[in-house]
Amino acid sequence: MKKFRMIALALAAVMCVSLTACGGGDDDSKQTPDPTGTTPVAGEAFKLGGIGPLTGENAIYGTSAMNGAQIAVDEINAKGGVQLELNAQDDEADGEKGVNAYNNLKDWGMQALVGCVTTGSCIAVSTELNRDRIFGLTPSASSADVTAGKDNMFQVCFTDPNQGVTSADYMAEHMADKKIAIIYRNDDAYSQGVRDAFAAEASAKGLNIVYEGTFNKDTQTDFNVQLTGAQSQGADLVYLPIYYQPASVILSQAKQMNYAPTFFGIDGMDGILTLEGFDTALAEGVMLMTPFNAWGTDDLTKNFVTEYESRYGSTPNQFAADGYDAVYAIYNALMAAECTPDMSAADICEKLVAQFTAADFSVDGLTGTSMTWSANGEVAKAPVIVVIEGGAYVTQ
Amino acid sequence: MEFLSYLISGISLGSVYAIIALGYTMVYGIAKMLNFAHGDVIMVGGYVSFYATSALSSSLLGPDASMGAVAAGKIISILLAVLVCTVLGIIIERLAYKPLRSATSLAVLITAIGVSYFLQNAAQLLFGTAPKSFTPVVQNQLSLFGGQLNISYVSLLTVIACIIIMLALTAFTSKSKLGKAMRACSEDKGAAQLMGINVNRTISMTFAIGSALAAVAGVLLCSFSPTLMPTTGSMPGIKAFTAAVFGGIGSIPGAFLGGILLGIIESMAKAYISTQLANAIVFAVLIVVLLVRPAGLLGKYVPEKV
Repeated sequence: MKKFRMIALALAAVMCVSLTACGGGDDDSKQTPDPTGTTPVAGEAFKLGGIGPLTGENAIYGTSAMNGAQIAVDEINAKGGVQLELNAQDDEADGEKGVNAYNNLKDWGMQALVGCVTTGSCIAVSTELNRDRIFGLTPSASSADVTAGKDNMFQVCFTDPNQGVTSADYMAEHMADKKIAIIYRNDDAYSQGVRDAFAAEASAKGLNIVYEGTFNKDTQTDFNVQLTGAQSQGADLVYLPIYYQPASVILSQAKQMNYAPTFFGIDGMDGILTLEGFDTALAEGVMLMTPFNAWGTDDLTKNFVTEYESRYGSTPNQFAADGYDAVYAIYNALMAAECTPDMSAADICEKLVAQFTAADFSVDGLTGTSMTWSANGEVAKAPVIVVIEGGAYVTQ
Repeated sequence: MEFLSYLISGISLGSVYAIIALGYTMVYGIAKMLNFAHGDVIMVGGYVSFYATSALSSSLLGPDASMGAVAAGKIISILLAVLVCTVLGIIIERLAYKPLRSATSLAVLITAIGVSYFLQNAAQLLFGTAPKSFTPVVQNQLSLFGGQLNISYVSLLTVIACIIIMLALTAFTSKSKLGKAMRACSEDKGAAQLMGINVNRTISMTFAIGSALAAVAGVLLCSFSPTLMPTTGSMPGIKAFTAAVFGGIGSIPGAFLGGILLGIIESMAKAYISTQLANAIVFAVLIVVLLVRPAGLLGKYVPEKV
């Protein structure tokens, strides 16, 4: 019986491999045509790869980032001069599929990667990038593990610890006298990572944390106990380093129990206004730290949002903006380092790494002005704190 | 005051468990099978109510509907959920369980698990995996002691609904003709058939009632914790099954008592011991109770006839 199972497993494994191989081939041929029709002849354009979940339950992140990246590519190509070509591949937010997608892109002749979009896949792919000496810039994978020990991997988004530190600093500056409660998910690296960094910075800045409540995957549907705890400790600011779905439950249950502190979220809170069935009145007054405000009034944001809405029929989220900025960051660096499309990926990689870490290199984008990068791949930029008012973000 | 708040949230959570547990216990008591798909029927009830509410409020009622119209809309959505779940329960019973009436209980159990996964995956296809935010059927709260103690109307509604359902079911099984037939089937199917009771129909009716309860439980569960996913029903389903065993499976007051106690234990464990260990503590209590009273708190120990 056991032997039979082993054989069956082996067969299944072989079939999986051959199936994915076929799938990969299909993807190549079905590559999305460039909507503006400006795709240049190969050899005259830089080949940018893109990896993100384009299907599956995380598809919203990958498609948004790649749509944003495509808009940037089209804008740059429309200027004339140096051309870019973007080839977006699907990884379904899975590390193994990410490496498959990466191999496809390598065969295609990728010279730099915009990706991966999600952390898990990015950790796997960044190891390959580092070995093959191809430059990588992830729009949105925020874990510090993505860049750790890989000199040619950079991030557009804040790292998790950075978000915690930045929100503590903001509170220390603007709301130092508040009593703070934290509700976080302690079986999730993202939430736990932000909370740890926040708690350390908060105690260094002398913030008053009166309550900490935790939850995990199985208990993220009921927060009555945590909210009662926070309320009875007199907390008037509740820090939520969590994703928007449990946050929506917290907002709803807090209203049910007549508890109205200021809620303060991080980038995971972005998306709460588009949650189906969510009463946006519940989110009124919620503060969050997000890299991108689609309701922003500067020209860059307004043009991007208009273009995105006309192309894809929806309001762009932070992932779209991250993807857009990633392409521009690579483009600016390519220009500054005087790279040409006929250079090898390894040569481009060395030039880009030197350029990104150069003291005078900075990028103004949708997700922050004068973004600079440190040698470990982390970005430095000013955070954007917004308050939800009337179903839209208002930048503070 | 804090303790009272925890106690109240425990009781209302427990009432949700109790309503789900009543469905488990009804079906187990009469059909002698564990309907593991019960939790997923709850999820279907939640989705039906969600879509009915949003369809009604967007098309028929409009944004400035009066309080009465909104309330009527809510009631219609609940009734629709009850209707859909009842039909679904009857269909599941007819297609999946009836052909296995004379099969071993293990085969039926595995089938029930299969139905549970089928419903979850069908829901993923139909409704998508993205979570939806459920608007509670009633809003606001009762403030006592100058705002120190707040009891949400959802909690009150859940507790009241639970007590009414428990009493109605007790009366139904002890007084009505169908209820008596159910009890007869539960004691001895063969003898009941000889007395002229249509056993198949009685079991189908049990499923119909159990699924109708699941719909009510679905609406109340989603009002209590307003998030809706294809897996929404599974954890509460397991907890409620635990509650049913805790109180003595097959016993209606037992399911009620088990559910309420389980809710209180969970809430207290979260508040005073650890939010992380809350689930572990709940199941540890079950193990201890079953060691001391193998048939559950109110269950009757019936020796197997050999």
